[in-house]
Amino acid sequence: MINTEVKLFENGKRIDGRKPDELRKIKIEAGVLHRAEGSCYLEWGGNKVIAAVYGPREAIPRHTQNPLRAIVNARYNMAAFSVDDRKRPGPDRRSREISKVISEALENVILLERFPRASIDVNIEVLDAEAGTRCAGLTAAGVALVDAGIPMKDIPVACAAGKIEDQVVLDLGKDEDNFGNADLPIAISPRTGEVLLLQMDGHLTLAEFDQALDLAIKGCHIVSDIQKKAIMDKYQSTQGGTTQ
Amino acid sequence: MSQEKREIVIPSQLLGDIKNKKAGRGTFVENGKIYAEILGILNKNSNYINVTPLKGRYDPIEKDFVIGIVEEAMSSSWLVDINAAYPALLHVNEVPWDVDFGETERYLNYGDCIMAKVLQVDQEKKLQITLKDRNLYKIKGGQIINVEPSKVPRIIGKKGSMISLLKKYTKCRIFVGQNGRIWVDGEDDGIKKVINTINMIENEALSYGLTNKIEELLKKEAKDVH
Repeated sequence: MINTEVKLFENGKRIDGRKPDELRKIKIEAGVLHRAEGSCYLEWGGNKVIAAVYGPREAIPRHTQNPLRAIVNARYNMAAFSVDDRKRPGPDRRSREISKVISEALENVILLERFPRASIDVNIEVLDAEAGTRCAGLTAAGVALVDAGIPMKDIPVACAAGKIEDQVVLDLGKDEDNFGNADLPIAISPRTGEVLLLQMDGHLTLAEFDQALDLAIKGCHIVSDIQKKAIMDKYQSTQGGTTQ
Repeated sequence: MSQEKREIVIPSQLLGDIKNKKAGRGTFVENGKIYAEILGILNKNSNYINVTPLKGRYDPIEKDFVIGIVEEAMSSSWLVDINAAYPALLHVNEVPWDVDFGETERYLNYGDCIMAKVLQVDQEKKLQITLKDRNLYKIKGGQIINVEPSKVPRIIGKKGSMISLLKKYTKCRIFVGQNGRIWVDGEDDGIKKVINTINMIENEALSYGLTNKIEELLKKEAKDVH
């Protein structure tokens, strides 16, 4: 097996030199697109993701409208060139699932009652993938929604934890995801600590699960601070700089 | 007025306690605490905590004057884009002309611009606009500039101070729609000046004493020309 060739842990350090509870490098920039109402570009380790928000606008087709509240259409898409082998373009089973869970996570933070009959469209485009794109996508979508001026209760944020070689670690990289034992991506509302998304791939004991969940929540709060800083940086420089 | 920097807040930011202040626009209350719900500027001066949005669509309010672009002509009404989340309905009864059934396209067609008044916003946020008021008509000529709807009050200024300043120094005709569309007509130089000035106001909307600053600038420019 390939498994024996890859050593994921050495001297307490991971394959890419990180500590078990260390995140990959994250860079977030808000408001990068001119045509979209709100947008965000995010780099998370080797992931490159762009998110764009359109609306609120009248939901089309009409039968999808809800007379009491808005609907959220998140669309997660991986570019053909985002992976090693060319990915066949277009929606597939995986991306439709991710679109659905991200839509549902966002529905829980946006104040949908303000826009009856409307839809809020969130496009998440993965330009470069290196494990954890759904977390990166959701995190970018959160920033893009704030940038679009959409009222919401909280800025959603996502992060993953997992298990490699019987140790629980934060934010799996590509090899760790491929050859590790488990992956646990979660999304939370950082103000209240509510869980917006929780998925699991692989096997964890109950004790390990609790440990991984705590670790992932801790990771979410770190990412949340980076998100808020990115928004502040964008608007402080363009709006707040000029005082007499 | 205080001279300190205007504070920018982001959703979920804690703004205060419901015991001390009332929750105003752009905020929500949870467990007795007031939080911001949108990206905007904090305003705590009155009894209320308000957040003025920095971005976002126009939120229609009845009796607002707006500039709309016709999207579709139907047999007895038009659909007009007024930069809100939904298209607004303009019924033939609400226009000053006598329109026969099915003849709507002869009066207003796709792409035409109109100055209109928001007539009604119902619970489902269905919008109706009207052309039956003073100074409302189809726009012929001139230019339309788009700005963020939240910046419109700054462009108008206190009791119209900023806009009358602009009109005085550029000799242009200007109509500011509450939905962030501004119509300008006049000499080419004047239009250019208006556009530049409005861009400047939009970029520096948060600074204090902006009206005076703009007046100085326009005065200086006027001198340079003569």
